[in-house]
Amino acid sequence: MSSALLIIAAITLVALWLGVRARRGHDMSLEQWSVGGRSFGTAFVFLLMAGEIYTTFTFLGGSGFAYGKGAAAYYILSYATLAYILSYWLLPPIWRYAKANRLVSQPHFLSSKYASPALGVLVAIVDVVALVPYLVLQFKGLGIIVTTASYGVISPTAAIWIGAIVVTAYVTISGVRGSAWNSVLKDVMILAIVIFLGVYLPIHFYGGFSSMFHAIDTAKPGFLTFPEKGASVAWFQSTVLLTALGFFMWPHTFGSIYTARNERIFRRNAAVLPLYQLILLFVFFVGFAATLKVPGLKGSNIDLSLFHLSLQAFDPWFVGVIGAAGVLTALVPGSMILNAAATLLANDVYRGAVDRKAADASVAKLARVLVPIIALVAVFFTLRGGETIVALLLMGYSFVTQLFPAVVTSLAARNWVTKQGAFAGIVAGVAVVAYTTLAHASIGQWFPSLPDKVKDLNIGLVALVINIVVLIIVSAVTQPSAAEQSHARTL
Amino acid sequence: MILRLLAVLPFIGILLGVPFVNRVEPLILGMPLVLAWIVFWVVMSAVIMAIVYRFDPANRAAAQPAEEARS
Repeated sequence: MSSALLIIAAITLVALWLGVRARRGHDMSLEQWSVGGRSFGTAFVFLLMAGEIYTTFTFLGGSGFAYGKGAAAYYILSYATLAYILSYWLLPPIWRYAKANRLVSQPHFLSSKYASPALGVLVAIVDVVALVPYLVLQFKGLGIIVTTASYGVISPTAAIWIGAIVVTAYVTISGVRGSAWNSVLKDVMILAIVIFLGVYLPIHFYGGFSSMFHAIDTAKPGFLTFPEKGASVAWFQSTVLLTALGFFMWPHTFGSIYTARNERIFRRNAAVLPLYQLILLFVFFVGFAATLKVPGLKGSNIDLSLFHLSLQAFDPWFVGVIGAAGVLTALVPGSMILNAAATLLANDVYRGAVDRKAADASVAKLARVLVPIIALVAVFFTLRGGETIVALLLMGYSFVTQLFPAVVTSLAARNWVTKQGAFAGIVAGVAVVAYTTLAHASIGQWFPSLPDKVKDLNIGLVALVINIVVLIIVSAVTQPSAAEQSHARTL
Repeated sequence: MILRLLAVLPFIGILLGVPFVNRVEPLILGMPLVLAWIVFWVVMSAVIMAIVYRFDPANRAAAQPAEEARS
C-alpha cells in the first residue's frame, strides 16, 4: 500500500467517525435527521450553502474544465455569485414559510403552496432524476482520486464501490449532522490545498501567473477567451443565467435553507459567500498550469488533469494529502445528495402518492432503507461512464431549474399561477431537457440556419422559456372563479 | 430602497459586460482581462451585498420582532 493511500484511508476513517459521533445527543426523528432540527447557526448554514463550490465538481471538474475547455470554465466563478445575490431576497420568505408549516423537503414546499399533493410528487421525481447525475459525478471523482493515489493498484471500479459504501454508511447512521461536521473538515482542507496548488504549480512550472498565461496564449491562441462558436459568449450568458436561477432549486440546497435558526443568517451570508468562492480562481490556475504540462487528456479524462500534474510535481505522501481532501469533497456532498434523494422518495413519493397516512417513524425508516438502493443505482451509472464531471452537473441543473418559475411565483402575496399551470410548466420544461439529453440533440441540429448566437444557447434555458410560456397559458385557462379564489385564500 | 438597485449591477456586469471584455491582453494581476473582469464583479457583489445588508431596515436589531410578526 502506498503512503498516499494510507493517508486517504485515514482521513476517510476520520470522516466516518465524525459522522457517527455527530449523531450523539439527538434522537433521530425525521425532522432531526433531514433538517437538523432547524437549529443551525450562521457558520453551519454557510458551510452547507457553500457546499457545492467545494465538491468534486470544482476540485476535479473545475480544473479539468479549465484544462480541456479554457475560458468556458469562467462560468463556474460567475453563476454562484449571482445566485448568492438572489439568495438575499429569495431565501428568507422560503425559510419563513417552511418553518411555519414544519416542512422538511422541497416538494413539500410546492405541494403546500399550491395545495396540490400531485405537484409534490412530480417535484420529488424531478428532484431525484436531477440528483442522480450529481451523485454519479461525486462517485466518479472518488474513483479518479483513489485510483490515481494508489498509483493504479486499486481499479476505478473497486474505488467507486469503496466510495459508495463509505458514503452510504455514514448517511444511514447520522443524516444531515454528519454532513455539517464533515463540511468543516472538508472546507479547511480544501481551502489550504487548493490555494497552495494554485499558487505553487504556476510558479513552479512557469515562474508566475503572467508568464503562465502568456505561454498558454502563445501556444493555444483563443484558449483563454470565449470563442466565436461552441462555448461562446452566448453559451456563457445562457449557462450562467440558467445555473444562477437553479442554484437554490437543488433539493439538498433547498433543504439546507430549512436548517437555519433564523432568516438573518441568509442575508448576512449573501455578502460573504461570493468572496468565499474566489478560491475557484486557484482551481482554474491548476487546470491552466496542466494544459501545457500534461497535455493529451481527452474526453471525460480531462477530469484527471489536477492529479496528473500533482503526480509530476509532488512526492507520494503529498499526493495522498491532496487525494484525502479530494475524497472529502466527494464524500460530504455525496452524503447530502444521498440523504436528500432518500428523504424525497420516502417522504414525498411514498407518502405523497402511495400511503398518505404513513407515520413519521415509518417514513424515516423507509428513507434509511432507500439509501443503499439509490447508491447502487448511482454506482451503476458511474460505471457506465462517459460524461465529464461538468457535463453531468449541467445536465442536473437543466432539470432542477425547471422548478424555479413555480417556486418564485408561489412567493408572491397573491399567486396568479394555478397548480395546473405550475404542473404543466414543469412537465413541459423537463420533457424538453429529457428529450434533448437522451437524443443528444442541440438547437443547431433542429434549426441549422439560425445564427450561432442562438445555437449556442444552453438547452436548459430554452426549456425554461418553454416552461414559462406553458405555465402562463395553462394558468390563464385554469383561473379559478372569484368565489373559489377567496375560499382558497382563507385556507 | 434605492440601494437595492445596486444588486442589479453584478448581473449587468457579468451577463452583459463580458462580450465587451472578451480579450486576453492586457493581463490584470496576471490574469486574462475577461477573467479579471469576472473576478472584479465577484468582489463587487460582496461589497454591494454588504452595503445592502448594512442599510436594510429588516436587519436592525429593533426590527427583528416586527419581522417575526410579519411571518
